[in-house]
Amino acid sequence: MFLSRLSRLGLRIAKDSGQFSTIKRGYFSRHFSHNLHPVNNCFFCTTTIDNIHEEGSEQKETISVTFVDKDGEEKLIKVPIGMSMLEAAHQNDIDLEGACEGSLACSTCHVIIMDVDYYKKLEEPTDEENDMLDLAFGLTETSRLGCQVIAKPELDGMRLALPAATRNFAVDGYKPKPH
Amino acid sequence: MGQFLLHGWKLISRGFSSLTPHPLRVCIVGSGPAGFYTAEKMLKAHEGAEVDILDRLPTPFGLVRSGVAPDHPETKIVVNQFSRVAANERCSFFGNVKLGTTVSLSDLREMYDVTVLAYGAESDRYLGVPGEDLGGIYSAREFVWWYNGHPDCSNMAPDLKSTDTAVVLGQGNVALDVARILLRPINELETTDIAEHALTSLRESTIRKVYLVGRRGPVQAACTAKELREILGVKDLHIHIQKADLATSPADEEELKKSRIQRRVYELLSKAATSHQQHDIVGQRELHFMFFRKPDRFLPSESGDTVSRVRLEKTCLKENGASGKQVAVGTGQFEDLKCGLVLKSIGYKSVPVDGLPFDEYRGVVPNMKGRVLSWDQAGHAIVEQGLYVAGWLKRGPTGIIATNLYCAEETVASILEDFKNGLLTPASGSPKPGRRGLLQALEHKNVRFVPFSGWEKIDSKERMEGKLRNKPRKKITTWEELLPAVDG
Repeated sequence: MFLSRLSRLGLRIAKDSGQFSTIKRGYFSRHFSHNLHPVNNCFFCTTTIDNIHEEGSEQKETISVTFVDKDGEEKLIKVPIGMSMLEAAHQNDIDLEGACEGSLACSTCHVIIMDVDYYKKLEEPTDEENDMLDLAFGLTETSRLGCQVIAKPELDGMRLALPAATRNFAVDGYKPKPH
Repeated sequence: MGQFLLHGWKLISRGFSSLTPHPLRVCIVGSGPAGFYTAEKMLKAHEGAEVDILDRLPTPFGLVRSGVAPDHPETKIVVNQFSRVAANERCSFFGNVKLGTTVSLSDLREMYDVTVLAYGAESDRYLGVPGEDLGGIYSAREFVWWYNGHPDCSNMAPDLKSTDTAVVLGQGNVALDVARILLRPINELETTDIAEHALTSLRESTIRKVYLVGRRGPVQAACTAKELREILGVKDLHIHIQKADLATSPADEEELKKSRIQRRVYELLSKAATSHQQHDIVGQRELHFMFFRKPDRFLPSESGDTVSRVRLEKTCLKENGASGKQVAVGTGQFEDLKCGLVLKSIGYKSVPVDGLPFDEYRGVVPNMKGRVLSWDQAGHAIVEQGLYVAGWLKRGPTGIIATNLYCAEETVASILEDFKNGLLTPASGSPKPGRRGLLQALEHKNVRFVPFSGWEKIDSKERMEGKLRNKPRKKITTWEELLPAVDG
């Protein structure tokens, strides 16, 4: 899926820039010569698809996403297609934790999709993601892990809420949580 | 002309520096997730905060290094974030500094505006049954420290060759961890950061059967889906779950309805029970989930000094009217389980220090949103000025790494509120010595503390040695080797 998306993107950029971008051994070379380094040998991870700076075509290859923090403050950012919400947040200095850096070993990048219509546009979480969501604080019906929500055109305009730090762990009458 | 401007600029900036926020001198005892998340939030929230993190070990990160299982490397990635905190110029790490021995709590409270105790829980809940002190019985905490190369347990030498059966009491994630390490194919452990002495021991281990014993039923099992899914999928491992144990009462159904975690765990256990094979393959490793059993006593072998059997009492569930929870009650029916190794995974417990109010029953420091409380003569609760807690010492030994995120946030919020209300200004009026005071005290006592750069040297050595063995690192596991490793 990514390969076709990348190649479509590559052709698009090549067409716009009037140059032909070659895809060599998984590296996406653009005429801005910004080599993408594979993370853990995963050439098509979302984390390799970095700021695709391309004059004129930038708006068409990104979606608008609004992050709403626990105090209600909003921040609208542009997220390139294929990037995870976790990475997008970090690039825009949004305070979304990511303890395990996107390896599905924690629940700290938990986000709440504010509009159920957008939630439905996402693919179903895997067992592994659901296992992590089990432990997320302030879990809701439209909760997902930010590292697993990948930008695609249908998500343009999506609003994500960062969960409030609730008193789930209050000392009085606290509910023991698993290790 | 340029010199004049430079000089002028220096004068001006010095003048400005007196306008920057007064330093808030913070000392955090404990460098695990609770300590580091507290440090991170403190540094972020207060520009003038100067944070010192102490740990009695030369190595930081607490249970992330010594608790998280070797085959869970992704869970340890969080140390990258903690290392960035330590690299902050307003933050300093002091390893090999022990609260109570190297410095006292009152010393710290004199030196710092804010002292946060985040040193976790380094002891264990006790069963309190006969035979508990027999050889071959360990707490899961000790066993985990042993295979993770904690210097306090590197000489523990549990005997894994005298028996084919281990009994683990408890069914939480720590119980699953120790069971899984005992049952995983050895080649899978060889490429992890498991301590070398543990790898050697496990290679020669004769243990083929592990029982995970819980007082209550599958509905109440304390483990979580990820860990359960993982152990059920271990290669060449035969899972035994009695279908009869899966029967649910109306009270069980209520519990399942209310908890997503428990629902998913129960579903996994049910599926594992039905896909049970009919015949055992000789020599295959086995994992038995035993429910509704509580340990009555441990029985010795003929030599009299090691455990040979655990006597279990069958239980049934009764609703505790007060909490609404179901509790296990003995039925008077007993059965013995032969075993040579027992691991008690029934909970950790914090250790108090001199001068620290402590709730012995709950094993925590009494506190109000992180502010430490004590009691005056009349029995009124008073807030101990400048003294706070975070992590397991505050909440009890439960939760995941991320739980400390919210816990630290609460404690830091309390600190900031107290600061704003002028409750942290020194009584004497003159600023506290902070880091300078600590350095003086350490020098005076001739204590060689380990700075973060010292840990980085240990880290570098471990990773280099690990590379030679196709492992992420080869841990240095004794005090005798750790301190010298800090040099060069």
